[in-house]
Amino acid sequence: MRALVLAPMLLWAGAAAAQDHSHHHAPEAPPTAAQEADPHAAHRAQAATASAYRPPALTDADRAAAFPFLHVAHDHGDPLMWMVQADRFERTQDDALAWEGKAWIGHDRGRLWLRSEGERAHGKTESSLEALWGKPLDAWWDVLAGVRHDDGDGPARDWLAVGVQGLAPYKFEVQATAYLGSGGRSMLQAEVEYELLLTNRLILQPRIEAVLNGRDDDARGIGAGLSETSAGLRLRYEVRREFAPYVGYEWSNRHGRTAEHARNAGEAARDRGWVAGLRFWF
Amino acid sequence: MGAPHDSDRRRLLRGMAMGGATLGLGLWQRPLWALTAPDQPTVLRGDAFDLTIGRTPVNITGRTVPAFTVNGSLPGPILRWREGDTVGIRVRNTLDETSSIHWHGLLLPANMDGVPGMSFDGIAPGGDYLYRFQVKQSGTYWYHSHSSLQEQAGLLGPIIIDPREPDPLACERDYVVLLSDWTDLDPARLFARMKKRSDYDNLHKRTVGDFLRDARERGLRATLDDRNAWGAMRMSPTDLADVNSHTYTFLANGHTAAQNWTALFAPGERVRLRFINGAAMTFFDVRIPGLTLTVVAADGQSIQPVDVEEFRIAPAETFDVIVQPRDDAAYTVFAQAMDRSGYTRITLAPRIGTQAAIPAPDKRPLLTMDDMGHGHPAPAAGEITCGAAMGMTGMNMDHGGHDAGGMQAHPASETRNPDVDMQTMSPAPRLDDPGIGLRDNGRRVLRYTDLRSLHAPDDDREPSRIIELHLTGNMERFTWGFDGIRFADAAPIRLKYGERVRITLVNDTMMEHPIHLHGMWSDVEDEHGRFLVRKHTVAVPPGTKRSVRVTADALGRWAFHCHMLLHMEGGMMREVRVEE
Repeated sequence: MRALVLAPMLLWAGAAAAQDHSHHHAPEAPPTAAQEADPHAAHRAQAATASAYRPPALTDADRAAAFPFLHVAHDHGDPLMWMVQADRFERTQDDALAWEGKAWIGHDRGRLWLRSEGERAHGKTESSLEALWGKPLDAWWDVLAGVRHDDGDGPARDWLAVGVQGLAPYKFEVQATAYLGSGGRSMLQAEVEYELLLTNRLILQPRIEAVLNGRDDDARGIGAGLSETSAGLRLRYEVRREFAPYVGYEWSNRHGRTAEHARNAGEAARDRGWVAGLRFWF
Repeated sequence: MGAPHDSDRRRLLRGMAMGGATLGLGLWQRPLWALTAPDQPTVLRGDAFDLTIGRTPVNITGRTVPAFTVNGSLPGPILRWREGDTVGIRVRNTLDETSSIHWHGLLLPANMDGVPGMSFDGIAPGGDYLYRFQVKQSGTYWYHSHSSLQEQAGLLGPIIIDPREPDPLACERDYVVLLSDWTDLDPARLFARMKKRSDYDNLHKRTVGDFLRDARERGLRATLDDRNAWGAMRMSPTDLADVNSHTYTFLANGHTAAQNWTALFAPGERVRLRFINGAAMTFFDVRIPGLTLTVVAADGQSIQPVDVEEFRIAPAETFDVIVQPRDDAAYTVFAQAMDRSGYTRITLAPRIGTQAAIPAPDKRPLLTMDDMGHGHPAPAAGEITCGAAMGMTGMNMDHGGHDAGGMQAHPASETRNPDVDMQTMSPAPRLDDPGIGLRDNGRRVLRYTDLRSLHAPDDDREPSRIIELHLTGNMERFTWGFDGIRFADAAPIRLKYGERVRITLVNDTMMEHPIHLHGMWSDVEDEHGRFLVRKHTVAVPPGTKRSVRVTADALGRWAFHCHMLLHMEGGMMREVRVEE
């Protein structure tokens, strides 16, 4: 049956090839079986029959049609984009509201970032807000620089900030920022997250964070050295990519003089408990 | 839901009635919802045309949303021309944004090519443009908007050009099968979503369960090695399509699989199917269970007929296929997306209302390190990682690309470039590879080595120089380019009128890219430099390096780009400027 179908095809092929001869000056035969066996033969054959092909001579009309005067340049496809993302927006076991989020606006090569992290518990709010300019460093990392404002317990503090964020090998999401404040204050904050896919929608996310301070800031209850660490484990379900409720457990520890400050203020240096929240972006 | 059925019936009846009168051109009908004028012909023929670009409400997924249409039709009407004729096409734009129509694969003066900002100013809102050119070729082509992302919103349609002489491929039945991908999303929002979260549609990543299963079946060591290799690259082997059926509804001739567009035949008749992939982002694998597909043309160009059971069609490619169903039975023309996330189909049927079984989509394939050209000459796949990640970028410049199996050199512009997330190490042409997901599937699958042009190009000079271009991107940032340079930042590629050049394309990404040069043919070469076939769009899978020869016989400024629409928009485009 295939032969029956093919026979007329080959006739057409022949007809088309014949038609082609009438249209073209020096048709090159398609590679034959022999040429296939010896690839160099094809090369030699081609070299031997090299034609003196000349493209059509150009007229002024051709030239005018080729380069019309244009009023616009081609769109380049890097429009202004923006994104708002709440990584954590949660209620803790001891009835506090905690959040961590970011937003960006800009183009491929440069974006303005806003980042905020904080907690509101028992009528008191502690928060940080950063405004940073970020640009790509390489395929995976962005470098960011800008300012940060801390509010809450004690006097407000302002910082200059410089940091990196990106995707480390094995898809660890990393964010590390160094801060320089007035009075010689300095701070280093780093955070690493990972996503473990139980299914493509049910995702377990471990996360660790650490804060180091350059010197004591008694007014804010902070001691020099490693001041705070926290670890969290959150299990979210992506109803949509943009909308994922979660439950989790969070451990946080204050260390050294920071822990002492906390104890003196009647707070625990260690805190742990369940959280429930929503991760969303748009 | 009686309407689709009625419209199908009417379409089929009309199809039969017109079959004889049109030398068997298959009839193309839109679903009722897309019609602005129900009796308007959907095949427009002759040499003078009036086309109107507009916004038309359509309902494909159950929601009514606006589409961009030509003459109120999604896809647009078939334009049927005759080789040698001079056609005039007046295109009016009733949108509130600039628009354009590009005649894909046609040889014409640059100011008729329809690329805003390159060949003309575009068609302003409320304005019109008269395209007028001589048709120098015959075969199956298509047209689409070249303004931002309008093609994704539906602005496309087929072009059939009858040869001047009687068509040697004429069949009793002749149908267009235009495949496309539809989304209710505004394409600009889809593009923005890719920039925010490029893995949005990849709901097939490997999970903890997959790890446990692999460890059990293949051993813990091998599984860890595999996860290590992918983890080190920060990539996913399930990343086969940026956008898939999670977002798209796949269409054939504007119909969903459920709407089942039907083409009629009488047993024993030869049926010519002109496949056009008008999808923005989807490769389709096409087969008709029970029938041998005789591929007779590629990108409008006659080839030596080749019998296959399946073929992959990249966005913007066209294949003409002849089948001869002998049984008085229906056949499913099955087109599944390359990532197997979905499919569309039409039916070849001897009578209205009959249909055949729809095959289950194949198993979802996984990319391997081999697929990306990292397999050799590595002692162990897991040890070869990607240049950008490992700081190896640009290290191999001295090795050149000469010795087969040697390391691939890369342009310095790729080094430490945020828009380059990997580099292939040992790419090969792999023209005889059916492609990922099609290897060893028990079917005879079309390969590029099967495409043997019926006639060679007039110009058989050896190319006087080689232009090597690397296809680059960053999947995470969703930025794309050639040699790590976005269109916005790139200088034109300058060719001298009349020169013959070899363009070598090296794929430094993990996606397949169909590369399209406007205005001139791309003569595909095999790995020995022998001419295979003349194409307007050349698929370059990951891990491959493929060469085409181009004769710069068209003066002007021409677009040269990836035909994955979002990749083009993301920067994988250049201007090729042919000057005296």
